[in-house]
Amino acid sequence: MDRVKGQLMTGAEIVVRCLQEEKVEYVFGYPGGSVLYIYDELFKQDEVKHVLVRHEQGAAHAADGYSRASNKVGVCLVTSGPGVTNAVTGIATAYMDSIPMVIISGQVPTHAIGLDAFQEVDTVGVTRPCVKHNFLVKDIKELASTIKKAFYLATTGRPGPVLVDIPKDITAASHEFLYPESVQIRSYSPVAKGHSGQIKKAVQLISEAKRPMIYTGGGVILSNASAQLTELTRTLGYPITNTLMGLGAYPATDKQFLGMPGMHGTYEANMAMQNCDVLLAVGARFDDRVIGNPKDFAKNPRKIIHIDIDPSSISKRVKVDVPIVGDVREVLDEMLKLLSARSNGVELEQWWKQIGQWRQKDCLHYDRDSALIKPQYVVEKLWEVTQGDAFVTSDVGQHQMWAAQFYRFDQPRRWINSGGLGTMGFGLPSAMGVQYANPGATVACVTGEASIQMCLQELSTCKQYRMPIKIVNLNNRYLGMVRQWQQIDYGSRYSESYMDALPDFVKVAEAYGHVGMRIDQPGDVEGALREAFAMKDRLVFLDFITDQTENVWPMVKAGKGLTEMLLGSEDL
Amino acid sequence: MRHIISILLENEAGALSRVAGLFSARAYNIESLTVAPTEDASMSRMTIVTRGSQDVVEQITKQLNKLVEVVKVVDLSEAEHIERELMLIKVRAGAKEREEMKRVADIFRGRVIDVSDHTYTIELTGDGAKLDAFIGAIDAGAIIETVRTGASGIGRGNRVLRV
Ligand SMILES: Cc1ncc(C[n+]2csc(CCOP(=O)(O)OP(=O)(O)O)c2C)c(N)n1
Repeated sequence: MDRVKGQLMTGAEIVVRCLQEEKVEYVFGYPGGSVLYIYDELFKQDEVKHVLVRHEQGAAHAADGYSRASNKVGVCLVTSGPGVTNAVTGIATAYMDSIPMVIISGQVPTHAIGLDAFQEVDTVGVTRPCVKHNFLVKDIKELASTIKKAFYLATTGRPGPVLVDIPKDITAASHEFLYPESVQIRSYSPVAKGHSGQIKKAVQLISEAKRPMIYTGGGVILSNASAQLTELTRTLGYPITNTLMGLGAYPATDKQFLGMPGMHGTYEANMAMQNCDVLLAVGARFDDRVIGNPKDFAKNPRKIIHIDIDPSSISKRVKVDVPIVGDVREVLDEMLKLLSARSNGVELEQWWKQIGQWRQKDCLHYDRDSALIKPQYVVEKLWEVTQGDAFVTSDVGQHQMWAAQFYRFDQPRRWINSGGLGTMGFGLPSAMGVQYANPGATVACVTGEASIQMCLQELSTCKQYRMPIKIVNLNNRYLGMVRQWQQIDYGSRYSESYMDALPDFVKVAEAYGHVGMRIDQPGDVEGALREAFAMKDRLVFLDFITDQTENVWPMVKAGKGLTEMLLGSEDL
Repeated sequence: MRHIISILLENEAGALSRVAGLFSARAYNIESLTVAPTEDASMSRMTIVTRGSQDVVEQITKQLNKLVEVVKVVDLSEAEHIERELMLIKVRAGAKEREEMKRVADIFRGRVIDVSDHTYTIELTGDGAKLDAFIGAIDAGAIIETVRTGASGIGRGNRVLRV
């Protein structure tokens, strides 16, 4: 296609040309009145492919999953009014996890704005608190440069979703198309390089640590710093933990890996977080689900080094000693230059010995002789059957925690979940994005019978585009995580946490043209998984009827200290 | 602690609501907020008076800096600065009260800028405490209407906030 600049084009053509210039492969969207000119232009070309979802929440999650699994910008396109409001949950989900996304939304014509026109909503106002930035394009002259800015803002600094709201008349008007080569925004200049003095201090501090601990989060994944992190951790020989958002940044099967920290983290990870003398926090934000009660966390006078691209993440919940603002990868590169291998001193040996004792608690144990299917067992088998090489998305609840605990992620961008917002409904549509980002790869969605129903309609999208996703439904007939809290904190009063009138998921899958399987015997778990994953070109819905009352252990109750862990029902 | 924060931001539609939205979303307190374009019409200068601990104010400035349209932020209260606020106050000033009202206004360097048979409108500038003091000095029953702009602030001497 010719790229003659300065050609006269309609706004809609400009939008599509901008997407081509940004090398966007897929747009996840849903049409409606205010975006019809744009859809008309999409129709006339085939560089940018459109994936038609069944609900705009699905479009946003799919674009989000696409981005998480590929490190490219996810793009979604929705119409004004309900199109946008439906997408808001997906936008907020991406925002909380700092996922680079561009959302293009239609708006009523400029002259109708503010008059309560049909399908008008104040999109910029509605989305403001859950985007990195948003724009309302009021003049076609600004259209191309605004879209350029949107992609730039979404991907630089701390990434995030950026929305561009385009009134219908602007997509119909004409203007010459000039795509800017670069963007300069005087009010926006994210720092990439860390302060060299601070980096030296940090290196000194970690080199002298007696009980060191490395704690890393989603920032390492977002900045593609897994290689650097792995090298640093191996050079030092220190223990490491990855948060729910950071799993896969360091190989989970490695002996230096202590598992995930936090509310449902391992005993050894939480004990080491609390009892270390130097904590190296990388691209993590001391979230309440990770460190528990901050006052309690601060009781141990450890030194904390914190590397993060966002200055506002530093000393927000926990005071740190050596803050380093910068891109995680660049900072780790600098640190690596200054680091030398740490000789295994007596103190470090002592520390590892201590960790070994904590590990002996075997905190992730579960009853392997149960006559019922244990959800943990299903995830373990999933890991085996997929040889630890699948992309795994999940929804929110107990199944999410079991997936995080029992599927050992050795690579970044393989574990795709809504950590920050905790959005039920994320799993299936995000798996679609993941599959688009990695055609041919094995994609599994570990979900619960409640979560899957929040975006179930996307089964239809999966059929239309032949996405061979494997849905692993851990069906406990409960809003399991809610039931668990009610059991522990609300005197076993199970208020509205039983999912009555569940559908027959096998029939549901079949109705949508997929394969459905129901598994209710532990002995059938592995065989079913093997059979399903052998169907390379089919979506298979595996409905595992699991032990209804299984809980996620360990557990740190909300507001408690990190080491006040319940290790099983015997602690209740 | 009371802090007075100065912000340079792009003079764009929606920039003000981003700042105001940030304060409400994160439950920061706003005592007053003033904003107007600077000599460079593409930029506005905003002054926000807020209250919070050192930690909270640190978060406020960091969060403000994160807003894409915010060019610069400074906590003026960290060093010497000047604050001024403008008040327009309409007071009852019938024949009996006129002289006394004028006398008090003079003491506070206020100016009478509008007169009717029964009222004075007085213009007064100063820091907030001075305006409060004026209100305290006159008979409360005489006050008909007050308008205050909220504080504007600027650093002393060589301290400047510009791009
Ligand atoms: C959209 C949304 N609504 C409500 C919740 C609160 N919530 C968290 S977990 C959960 C139960 C999820 O049940 P299910 O999907 O069956 O998973 P399980 O916990 O049983 O594994 C609920 C309702 C949420 N996270 N997201």
